[in-house]
Amino acid sequence: MAQIRFIDALREGIAAEMRDDPRVFVLGEDVAVGGAFGVTAELVEEFGSGRVLNTPISEDTIMGLAVGAAVAGKRPIVEIMFMDFMTLAMSQLVNHAAKLHYMSGGQLNVPMVVRVQQGAQGGWGSQHSQSLEAWLAHVPGLKVVAPATAADAKQLVRAAVRDESPVVFIEHRGLYFREDADGAGPADSLGLDKARIVREGSDVTLVSYSRALVETLAAADVLAGRGVSAEVVDLRSLAPIDLDTILTSVEKTNRLAVVHEAVVQGGLGAEIAAQVQEAAFDLLDAPIMRIGAPYAPPPASPVLEAAFVPNMDVIVAAVERMLGAAT
Amino acid sequence: MGLPNTDEQIWLFRRMALIRAFEERVIELYHQNQLAGLIHVGIGQEAVCVAIAARLEADDYLYGTHRSHGHFLAKGADPDRMMAELAGRATGYCEGLGGSMHLVAAEVRAMGATGIVGGNMPLALGTALACRDAGQVVAVTFGDGASNTGGFHESLNIAALWQLPVVFVCENNGYAEFTPMAEHTVVERVSAHCEPYGMPSHVVDGNDVFAVMEAMADAVARARAGSGPTMVECLTYRLRGHYVGDPAQYRKADEVAEWRDKDPLPRLSGVLIQAGALTDDAVDKIVAEAAQRVETAVRFALDSPYLTTSAMTARVFG
Repeated sequence: MAQIRFIDALREGIAAEMRDDPRVFVLGEDVAVGGAFGVTAELVEEFGSGRVLNTPISEDTIMGLAVGAAVAGKRPIVEIMFMDFMTLAMSQLVNHAAKLHYMSGGQLNVPMVVRVQQGAQGGWGSQHSQSLEAWLAHVPGLKVVAPATAADAKQLVRAAVRDESPVVFIEHRGLYFREDADGAGPADSLGLDKARIVREGSDVTLVSYSRALVETLAAADVLAGRGVSAEVVDLRSLAPIDLDTILTSVEKTNRLAVVHEAVVQGGLGAEIAAQVQEAAFDLLDAPIMRIGAPYAPPPASPVLEAAFVPNMDVIVAAVERMLGAAT
Repeated sequence: MGLPNTDEQIWLFRRMALIRAFEERVIELYHQNQLAGLIHVGIGQEAVCVAIAARLEADDYLYGTHRSHGHFLAKGADPDRMMAELAGRATGYCEGLGGSMHLVAAEVRAMGATGIVGGNMPLALGTALACRDAGQVVAVTFGDGASNTGGFHESLNIAALWQLPVVFVCENNGYAEFTPMAEHTVVERVSAHCEPYGMPSHVVDGNDVFAVMEAMADAVARARAGSGPTMVECLTYRLRGHYVGDPAQYRKADEVAEWRDKDPLPRLSGVLIQAGALTDDAVDKIVAEAAQRVETAVRFALDSPYLTTSAMTARVFG
């Protein structure tokens, strides 16, 4: 199968939707010149400046502007350059985008996609590296997806554009320039809310998403060499959570660890652990483990940053501890 | 531009009387525990509401504030469904899920009140971007308090930068919640903020419905012609507190009395009587008809069912 970089697959997905639907447009800071990473590069050449809108650095207002365009029949894709800057747009996202359909009794729909980049890589420090997806997954009315592969990036962005609700689409800058299989199916063939078992195993289930999935899969390889068979689930959708797929896997392995780059405290891992133990406590042979960043802002120091992000070695060690404790 | 014709003047008075009757009844119902919620009435500010609606076309859009019963009734929202929404009933515009601060009457392009001060200004830009090719215009109301938010300044900048067909209607009632304007901002007029953004503005007596209409007519025409946004700053006053139940002890009695003398309803009816367009009896009849219409709405609202609790989670996603 042909290889493609995540960033190119994502751009192809956006462009495909823009070709299919004249209501779709892109807006954000520097998007006409590609944005900070080049996701939207050259879209302006094909679609013109009327559909690829450079905005001032006004996150709150560009988020609200996208809401206002969506309720009037457009399908905006708004880019927030860093998750850290989402804090500036939270009122419009949380108070308007997430709630207008509900508060209006269904009179208004808010079909918009909020693309946002996050992750700790490169020593960019505490205000350009945070993983804040748990905040967003907490808000009723927002769908949140975080693809880990090029194929999923392309397909999920298309599904997100077609959805009638606001969808936050989380990109990790550590994934942009990775190459993998260009296996995206038709836009309509994948919902937004399905997890996927990406590696079968029988001893432990590892649930992960976004860039942390790469480390998790590498850890599963190492574990296999040590006689531990790990099943790996790519969550993909953080809200809603595909509990059925996780439970199906745990039924087989009886052990669960959740791996994410976000800080452990209050993270998605806590929610998944709670849902699994409520639904299937009897299936579990060991406490559910959460593997993520320590309780600290992302540090700038390369040494500390490397220790902040849960890597393959951390995951392997944690799983071995878990299995050791359980046997 | 001259005065509106007699028929339109009478329409303006009728609609103002309806809004006044609606909100006075809302206050009564609230104190009788028949309505709940955090309710903000705009009694005293009705001239701005009807002037906006009178100079927008039916397919133009209107965004409101937390104090928007009047805006939406002026735009043509059904009093029955408005009152039912305030009463939290399933027959309300928003099925009782929104309430007073989150009213939406999309059928008349009244796109939303909001509980976030200044929060609808960015939405107005987006709607303007979406509808400008169709020649439509978006008006958004806000108060003097909103002028201190970041979104206000960001919105003025983007609207001017992109020459969006937006009319920014500032209802300057002199108070941001409980704080007088002199204590919350350094500018004397909110529209002073327009100049650095290169945006024209009008400052008008907001209790003079004809003055507001004339400014609105200019602003709407500019927007529709593709000449960009305009601000219309309407100097007005809310004769009641910030919210229903607010004792409003932060205002002096003589200030309220002074503004009571400028009440836009008797002001307009006086003009109509003076001009011979209406008799005293005809004015009384319009007021009585408005009260009667509101009673019908109250009956409709209070006789309507609530959504069942099982519906609570059904509307989360579109």
